[in-house]
Amino acid sequence: MNAFREPPPFNARGVWAIYRFEMARFGRTVFTSLLTPVITTALYFVVFGAAIGGRMGEIDGVPYGAFIVPGLIMLSVLTESIGNASFGIHFPRWTGTIYEVLSAPLSPFEVVLGYVGAATTKSVILGLVIFATAHLFVPIEVQHPLWMAAFLVLTAVSFCLFGFILGIWAKGWEQMQAVPMLVVTPLTFLGGAFYSIDMLPGIWRTISLFNPIVYLVSGFRWSFHGESDVAVGASLAAVCAFLALCLGIAWWILDRGWRLKP
Amino acid sequence: MQPLLDIDGLAKTYASGVVALQPTRLAVRRGEIFALLGPNGAGKTTLIGCVCGLVTPSGGHARVDGFDVVRDARRARARIGLVPQELATDMFETPWATLRLSRGLFGLPPDDALIERTLRELSLWDKREACIQTLSGGMKRRVMIAKALVHEPRLLFMDEPTAGVDVELRRDMRALVRRLREAGTTIVLTTHYIEEAQEMADRVGVILGGELVLVDDKAALLRRFGRKQLTVHLHEPLAALPDALQGLGITLAADGRSLLHAFDAGAEHSGIPAILRRLDEAGIGLRDLHTRESSLEDIFVDLLQRRRGESA
Repeated sequence: MNAFREPPPFNARGVWAIYRFEMARFGRTVFTSLLTPVITTALYFVVFGAAIGGRMGEIDGVPYGAFIVPGLIMLSVLTESIGNASFGIHFPRWTGTIYEVLSAPLSPFEVVLGYVGAATTKSVILGLVIFATAHLFVPIEVQHPLWMAAFLVLTAVSFCLFGFILGIWAKGWEQMQAVPMLVVTPLTFLGGAFYSIDMLPGIWRTISLFNPIVYLVSGFRWSFHGESDVAVGASLAAVCAFLALCLGIAWWILDRGWRLKP
Repeated sequence: MQPLLDIDGLAKTYASGVVALQPTRLAVRRGEIFALLGPNGAGKTTLIGCVCGLVTPSGGHARVDGFDVVRDARRARARIGLVPQELATDMFETPWATLRLSRGLFGLPPDDALIERTLRELSLWDKREACIQTLSGGMKRRVMIAKALVHEPRLLFMDEPTAGVDVELRRDMRALVRRLREAGTTIVLTTHYIEEAQEMADRVGVILGGELVLVDDKAALLRRFGRKQLTVHLHEPLAALPDALQGLGITLAADGRSLLHAFDAGAEHSGIPAILRRLDEAGIGLRDLHTRESSLEDIFVDLLQRRRGESA
């Protein structure tokens, strides 16, 4: 009889195997994965920071160029988190290689940890690269660096979980791209990435408060400039609630095998 | 001894209402090679999927080494290796990297020596750093087999591992299966090449329309359902069967040049001595004679036709 080892109660090596495999894919495409969002962000800085920002006054005592930095980072992190995580799980579904993960001694939590962990790492790296890029265009001061890191990571995790769910829900590539394009990007643009919602007329400000992205951008901006559209506690609660919701849905999907197992 | 795979009432009805697997009972013994035969859509892959965690069973239980595949999935799955029917692997990876991934998913530490041994055994060592998409179909199939072996499973499911591959791989695969069995691995094999099952399997199960209609030792199956046929080639053709040969279960071939006699492979008396005696008494000269035993394929086709006849 060949050697046999009982699986550990927590399959850390299995999680690491998924994580490493996903990061290796990122490594193969690191140039395009990072360069595209960096160029896009740089263009935003040129247009909004230099061209338009020069004609605008300060917002909450912050020059417009510096004001939009947290929103731009958030915009890229949200988009890339959803894109990376949804691709990470949808691709093996599409190619059929998902059989290997489903038949391995991995719990739903371990599978989520591997895929979402890798997607989160990529998003955080991207966020930091954009942060560094912003330094080339505008002077930036981060008043609450730990909170900035916390908001960045929490947002990346939450939206990677959302992307993971999207990647399982989508029946095809078209469906998978539709949600970020038709829902997330408009919500992000309307979520105060380029302006303070205090600048909106009364009714639109009230409507904006139903947009969850407002809370993320506001909290993240507070960590930079010490000013926010909504209370920081509300931002934190919104991120945590969204994270818990996505985690619950992802766990349920994997536990039931929804759209994964016939 | 407790069977390695114990299936008790396992069933699957898909959301569409299609019954892919009727309540099934099956025990696969430790160390045996069990061949599961059935036409396309019979339920072989569904059964394997239910055990491996790829399909959610509608009812019943399956235990691997005593561990329930649903309630104690982690320990059950750790014992299983699966070679799926489809060539499903990341085509942009190398065989070396994909084997490391497969082993890691099972919670095992890296073992380069084992990966090297597995790759060499499947003639993939020279291609270990090649992108999988550049490999031939046969090579890709070998990668699939290597991935299933690299965590040293106790129970290996091979779902049509030789479908669409060349003779060389089929021969290598048979040799590999024998080596695995010698090492103590239990193998459940589905194949369209029934001669493969006949050559390798200890026991055979036949699944038709989602129902496991037959499970038996291969030898017993051949004895039970197998038929032998005696063919006597005559010196001179006959116009009709002579009276002397009537009542012996003999038929005359259409061209009148040979006599045919079918009998049970397991029967104590074949009737051949009596036939030869009567031929001699009647002065009918024979040129040659030979017997042919029905194969597993003949039995399988016969079962299939009978089943279709019953359902028609």
